[in-house]
Amino acid sequence: MMRRGSPGVQRPFVVALAVGAIAFAAVPVAAQDGGLDPAADLAQQTLTISNWAGYMPEDLPARFEEEFGTKVTVANHATNEEIVAKLTAGGDSGVDIAFVSGQFAQALAAQGLLFPIDQAAVPNMANLYPEAMQLAYDPGNAYSIPYAWGTTGLCYRSDLIAEEPDSWLDLLQPAEDVTGKTTMLFTERWLMLPAQKALGFSVNTTDEAEMAQVKDLLAAAKPTLLAFDDTTFYSRLVSGEAVLVEAWDGWCNYGIAENPEIRFVVPSEGSDLWVDTMVVLNSSQNKEAAHAFIDYILRPDVHRWVAENILYKVPNQAAMEALDPSLAETFPNMAITPAELLAQEELVDLGEAAPLYTEIATEIAAQ
Amino acid sequence: MTPGPGAAPVPPTRVRRRRRGSAEGALLAGPGLLYLALFFLVPLAIVLVIAFMDRGRFGGIVWTPSLDNLARALEPVFLSVLIDSVVIAGITTLLALLIGYPAAWAIARIPARWRTLVLLLVVLPFWTSFLIRTYAWIVLLNSQGPLNGLLVGLGLIAEPLSLLYTPGAVVAGLLYAYLPLMILPLYAAIERLDPEIREAAANLGARPWTVFRTVTLPLTLPGVLIGSIFVFVPSLGNFVVPELLGGGKTVMVGNLVRDQFLKARDWPFGATLALVVVALLAILLVLQARASRAVEEGARA
Amino acid sequence: MRERGGRAPLLVLVGALVFLWVPVLVLVGMSFNAAGTPYTWGGATLDWYAALARNEEVLTGLGNTLLVAAGATAGSVILGTPLAIGLHRHLRSGAWEALSLGPAIAPDLVLAIGLLSLFVLSGVTLGLHSVLLGHLVFGTAFVAAIVRTRLGHTDPALEEASRDLGATPLSTFFRITIPSLAPAILAGGLLVFTLSLDEFVIAFFTNGPATPTLPIVIYSMVRFGLTPEINALAAVLLLVTFTVVLAAQRLTGIGGRRRA
Repeated sequence: MMRRGSPGVQRPFVVALAVGAIAFAAVPVAAQDGGLDPAADLAQQTLTISNWAGYMPEDLPARFEEEFGTKVTVANHATNEEIVAKLTAGGDSGVDIAFVSGQFAQALAAQGLLFPIDQAAVPNMANLYPEAMQLAYDPGNAYSIPYAWGTTGLCYRSDLIAEEPDSWLDLLQPAEDVTGKTTMLFTERWLMLPAQKALGFSVNTTDEAEMAQVKDLLAAAKPTLLAFDDTTFYSRLVSGEAVLVEAWDGWCNYGIAENPEIRFVVPSEGSDLWVDTMVVLNSSQNKEAAHAFIDYILRPDVHRWVAENILYKVPNQAAMEALDPSLAETFPNMAITPAELLAQEELVDLGEAAPLYTEIATEIAAQ
Repeated sequence: MTPGPGAAPVPPTRVRRRRRGSAEGALLAGPGLLYLALFFLVPLAIVLVIAFMDRGRFGGIVWTPSLDNLARALEPVFLSVLIDSVVIAGITTLLALLIGYPAAWAIARIPARWRTLVLLLVVLPFWTSFLIRTYAWIVLLNSQGPLNGLLVGLGLIAEPLSLLYTPGAVVAGLLYAYLPLMILPLYAAIERLDPEIREAAANLGARPWTVFRTVTLPLTLPGVLIGSIFVFVPSLGNFVVPELLGGGKTVMVGNLVRDQFLKARDWPFGATLALVVVALLAILLVLQARASRAVEEGARA
Repeated sequence: MRERGGRAPLLVLVGALVFLWVPVLVLVGMSFNAAGTPYTWGGATLDWYAALARNEEVLTGLGNTLLVAAGATAGSVILGTPLAIGLHRHLRSGAWEALSLGPAIAPDLVLAIGLLSLFVLSGVTLGLHSVLLGHLVFGTAFVAAIVRTRLGHTDPALEEASRDLGATPLSTFFRITIPSLAPAILAGGLLVFTLSLDEFVIAFFTNGPATPTLPIVIYSMVRFGLTPEINALAAVLLLVTFTVVLAAQRLTGIGGRRRA
């Protein structure tokens, strides 16, 4: 059935007749004031969660439902940009919890769209690495709880590539045997990252002259690519269509799981520390259940299950310490430590400079 | 929405009837027209207006008039995407015409009992999910896909070709998606042709090609134009096919518009690009209307 | 004299049919392939159909889509039929004509961004209701266009007779006008239903994130690469379309015959 249906739903033609009166009356319901209601009956609440496809064990929602009685619906998004565009469109999006990367959580919070996390309702936060609680996009976890973290690097077929890559330039200025067999991420920040790092700039630079150089380097790289690809790069490695791709560490693991010749390396110029977070929307009518869900995820056994299932590192110390040690043997990047991650550069929102990035991305796309 | 039950029976005088007629017309057409005004005209007007505004920091619109977006849309980098889009949509349309015309011709000439079946065969794939049909081409053109397998198997090529993520793949996907939209109007136009006209021309000694060029083609030109528009318009604004089959390397203007609205959140620039597309199509439609009118008048003369 | 080149068009037609059907049939074939890839044959299986039937996203998407399509069909018929009659009988004007036909010609992308802007600027939340409002736009235009074609072939004398015999306008409308238009209304309704089922662009822009329609679910599946479940879905959709098109043919065919 329709969620919080506006009057327009049941009688479409009434809308036509009653013009603005009805259609425009469907304004968002104001967020409830104040904090959580400790007496709320979770079984009476429903949760709609927007997450990347396949970024959560499939039966996790069902298990949560079983324990708390809250009906959970999962909607998928493919990229941060996609979900943020819908969340910022105004009004109640119908989403209670969204999974977005840290710098996007920061931007959403700056727009007043996020509900401040009631940390008393999330006691399992104590399981997080201390490092994961002081990250630049949201120090002290005021608006977001980290779900998974990692870095970005090169994922490659060691059996199909003459020289093992160790520089972003191996991707941007590929050797002859690799040309036409590389892919790059196209989601803005990670589109820029290889060029930014190769040129020795910050991944958060807002310097126009630096970004102009980044643009030139990317523009020159574009013709050498097989494709821009945010979603299927690992399967291209498995099929051999691509031999070298820009990838998030965890996603490279999906390829490694199918072909042990696939390897992951963080280029010598360095990379980023990205964090995927869970945020509660201000417009949510189910904030108590949302907090319960986040707390449930942070349980050591649940978060460990998540890590083993999605093959991404989770920022949960208790969960990581309980992780099956053989996992790190098969997937070496699962063993990257928080200290090593923090040695990379943390992605933060660009504020006023954001349009600079989108404009360059558009021009790269158009080229 | 329907004539009011309270309306008293009216004597059928001309004057009275016309007056009742206009009230009835408004009552009948009013709701539909109002709806379309509200949810078709107003949205188009909004696109027109925001195209000349500035973007806000988090997306959104800053209501200060500006021509910056138009200037930007005409920068070489975006102009070249526009031109590429027109070329890709144009080649698709041309191919559809080259395949669609003889195919429609053949349908009109096969025995009547087969005709419905064949028309159904043309239309059916069109009615399955557009996205799945596009996806089918990823499967087919993949370097490990059946087409490459066939070519390698036949010894025609030694190494799998990279067929996917090329402009050719985009054209193939668009052609596949919209070919039925070319065949159907052409079939309708050809079927209506009076075979006697052609026979008369032939009996007068005209060669087949001359008959086709001077009689058949002009008479079916309205169908050609409609079919071409049916293929060209959705091809030009498409963003799914270039995204899935172009791998982000072959980009059409639809992709840029989509990205401005759902990624970059630069609505004004997206609206400007869309507006350029609309302007292009409007010019085409006017040309089409002119051409079919000319044909009709020619036929009447 | 017989026209030359009689064979060539037939060959092109056969080629076109092969072109139109091979990709679809490859998918259908793959949907029974246990290997789940187009590259190797792993034996016959129905597993992908079972997986599809368990796929909650697909089922939710299907439910949402049916809801929108049903609403769009009903609303379009209710708005579009009188619109066609009103335009045909009473309001002969180029501007109104253009307005009633415009949505059928306008590129969906332009309509989609316009609707998104309208909804966001006027504070209408995004969800299935906003998708429905969008589908009603092209739906109304299509129903109106199809009904108008039919109106050109109906005999106004019947209605005149009904009125002259003292029937109220309302009963004339429901007893004479509507039944004589029934085949066109049905055809229009079926067209809107199938268009709405498969409509992606307007839904992609104007839907909220919590209520994906089937095409949106398919889009995300397709973007995440080769999934054997998609093949099963392709086969199912093909079967459904086949049935609907045949039914439509039957229904409208009968209607047509009744009139003749």
